Amino acid sequence: MEVIRQAVNGGNADPKDLRINQLRARQLLRGELEGEDLDRYVEDRMGLTTLEQAQNWARANALFPLTFGLACCAIEMISVVGSPRVDASRFGAEVFRASPRQADMIILSGRVSIKMAPILRRIYDQMLEPKWVIAMGACASSAGMFNNYALVQGADKFMPVDVYVPGCPPRPEALMYGIIKLQNKIKGDPTLGWRARYNAKGTEELA
Amino acid sequence: MTDVEHTHDPLAVPYREREQSVSMERMDEPGAPIPGSELDEYSELFTINIGPHHPATHGVLRLLTTLEGEIVKDVVPIIGYLHTGIEKSCEDQQYWKVIPFVERMDYLSYYFNATAFCMAVEKLLDEEVPQRAQYLRVIHLELNRIASHLFWLGTSALDLGAITMLWWALRDRDMILDLFEMSSGQRLHTRYIQVGGVFEDLPPGWDTKCREFLARMPSRIDQYEALLDRNEILLQRLKNTGVVSEERLLELGITGPLLRATGNPWDLRKADPYSCYDHFDFKIPVGTTGDNYDRFRVRMAEMRESLKIIEQALDGLPEGQYISDNRKIALPPRHELATSMEALIHHFKLVTEGFRVPPGEVYQPIEAPRGELGCYVLADGSSKPARVHFRDTSFVNLQMLPDMSKGHLLADMIAGVAMLDPIIGGVDR
Amino acid sequence: MPDATGLELIAAEVREQLGHETVVDTEFFRGRATLQVNPASVRDVLRYLKEEAGETFPHLMSVHGCDYLPEEPRLGVHYQLLSMERVDRLNVKTRVTVEDPAVPSVVDLFPTANFQEREVYDMFGVEFDGHPDPRRILMPEDYVGHPQRRDFPMGGEEVLFTFNEHQVPRWYD
Repeated sequence: MEVIRQAVNGGNADPKDLRINQLRARQLLRGELEGEDLDRYVEDRMGLTTLEQAQNWARANALFPLTFGLACCAIEMISVVGSPRVDASRFGAEVFRASPRQADMIILSGRVSIKMAPILRRIYDQMLEPKWVIAMGACASSAGMFNNYALVQGADKFMPVDVYVPGCPPRPEALMYGIIKLQNKIKGDPTLGWRARYNAKGTEELA
Repeated sequence: MTDVEHTHDPLAVPYREREQSVSMERMDEPGAPIPGSELDEYSELFTINIGPHHPATHGVLRLLTTLEGEIVKDVVPIIGYLHTGIEKSCEDQQYWKVIPFVERMDYLSYYFNATAFCMAVEKLLDEEVPQRAQYLRVIHLELNRIASHLFWLGTSALDLGAITMLWWALRDRDMILDLFEMSSGQRLHTRYIQVGGVFEDLPPGWDTKCREFLARMPSRIDQYEALLDRNEILLQRLKNTGVVSEERLLELGITGPLLRATGNPWDLRKADPYSCYDHFDFKIPVGTTGDNYDRFRVRMAEMRESLKIIEQALDGLPEGQYISDNRKIALPPRHELATSMEALIHHFKLVTEGFRVPPGEVYQPIEAPRGELGCYVLADGSSKPARVHFRDTSFVNLQMLPDMSKGHLLADMIAGVAMLDPIIGGVDR
Repeated sequence: MPDATGLELIAAEVREQLGHETVVDTEFFRGRATLQVNPASVRDVLRYLKEEAGETFPHLMSVHGCDYLPEEPRLGVHYQLLSMERVDRLNVKTRVTVEDPAVPSVVDLFPTANFQEREVYDMFGVEFDGHPDPRRILMPEDYVGHPQRRDFPMGGEEVLFTFNEHQVPRWYD
């Protein structure tokens, strides 16, 4: 058996070694680190960021989707959260809230009929800022193959949509990719107000 | 058109009165105590709106419920929030193109929708489907029946509070969807069933994978039963709740597991066999009292029977063609297009114009997981149907909801909706 | 299914019991029997077939409508009857015009017709006399028009291609 000796308080220790980290943390707590060691310790563990970036990171990784299954795409959406194969809880989007006041993302899965559209808008309005919308499937994005009297031709006619996931129905992996894309969008975007994001003049609510 | 409307102008009556399901005149006198309740003159009936957006995952169903305390006095289901105009859209498409539209009606049992339509059109064309195609249809139909029942099991248990079942049921349903993906390329809405047969033959290795599934499934169903069958909470919630008598169900035109739970063994697969179902040996599970627990047990047993049917069909799968020979309705195989001129012409005509169906009308019923699914097709001689209508099971089954829940607790109504298994895509079409 | 002669016997029986003008026509197509009756006597014929006929059809499976444009009378209502004992189906059909779309309702005989007749009213405009709740069921309450008639436009919007995307006005214009 080979015994390897390496100095802990020296330059060539591997900073990722768990035992060394434990030792250093104990030293810090006891107040034994000083001077250069203390500086190096703090530098290794500190990240510099802005408040917006930190906020966005937290928001993206803890999305609360609203349970809004309309039609066939809802079944694939339930497979995303339910099936052990593609699991949304790996990415933090596991907790499906039923109340719109507690949710920040709405996954529009299914066809939006003209009878359902005002209800959908009302639910969207009840959600608190910041909120995002994923239009899942062809019917929510653009009415899919149903170019007729009974459907609203795409949910973006009355509500702003962030990510469109095509497919009829999209595979659970595709929906997962859409959620990850939304997460990247949240992390990278400097402004949260959707009206600024889309240059949506004329959509201000007056009441 | 406006002449017809003025007598029924809905906006003339205020909304509350229009939608109110129980009028106050139905009480003996306003303020008089309702017999059998503790409602005194200071209490009132409370009308609450359940849905259309609510966490029970049955879709966009709105239940206008009038409650006295926790007891449901009246419930009016209001539907139409998912109406997609599929039947009207079908009038604008060729027969071949109608199949994807029609599959999206009852979106858990998509093969059944396609089969009902294809069988109706084949009847109009007076076309024979080769036996291999019929066996393949039966295999996929029974797999879809198991998948639909598994999804029902997962979501119903979720409604009742047994959340673990959702993960287990979806895990097994994923196995079935893998099989569908292997045979047709898509998990849901596969367009596998075509007029004249099926789309494509089974790929090599499908048989092995299906048998693996068949070997694994019975023990899985045992696991589900072990989890749920003797569970005290489930028994309290399901036993003796939601009882509707057999005569009332027959009056309401309800068939399927709901009727079989009362003891009536009506099943179109046995009574009026279609697509070679009479070649297989399987039993029809029936219940005794017709309560929610019996409906639950009947569906669990049906899953086992479907496994038997699939095994027999795989064992006895005959050789032959997977789609009809008639080039006027079915696309010729691609290798013929290089050599035969007629095949090219047929292919061209079928893809651009579609096949023509002689004038006539037919109603074709089949046994879907929820009951009798009937397809009515009216053909006028052109390549587009003049009317496609589905007698959808969930639409008719939903009429039993008031009977099942009046006078019972609200929680029993929720359990009843779960056991009723409505699919709002089929209700609204 | 009743075969062709069985259908003629049923038609003769109905004519005898309820009057000669009730049954307008019989059709036997691809093994299915259809009895066409005139609209005013639909309820009597169905009641007779449910209860008193030699071979009864006690269950109603489906009520559906269709539009036979351009043939007059335009709107058709079909009643699909079933006898579980003999595994027999019979289709009873009636045709009405758009100007006078009145058909007696059969909800008291067959409660299953409740939602289904509402749907036929909603989609085609056939008015069922005696229906306890004659409202629209699938379309919004204040919708004007009966969508599934053949002359009702399909709706929707024009599909945008590169050749017409500048002519079609968008919602933000």
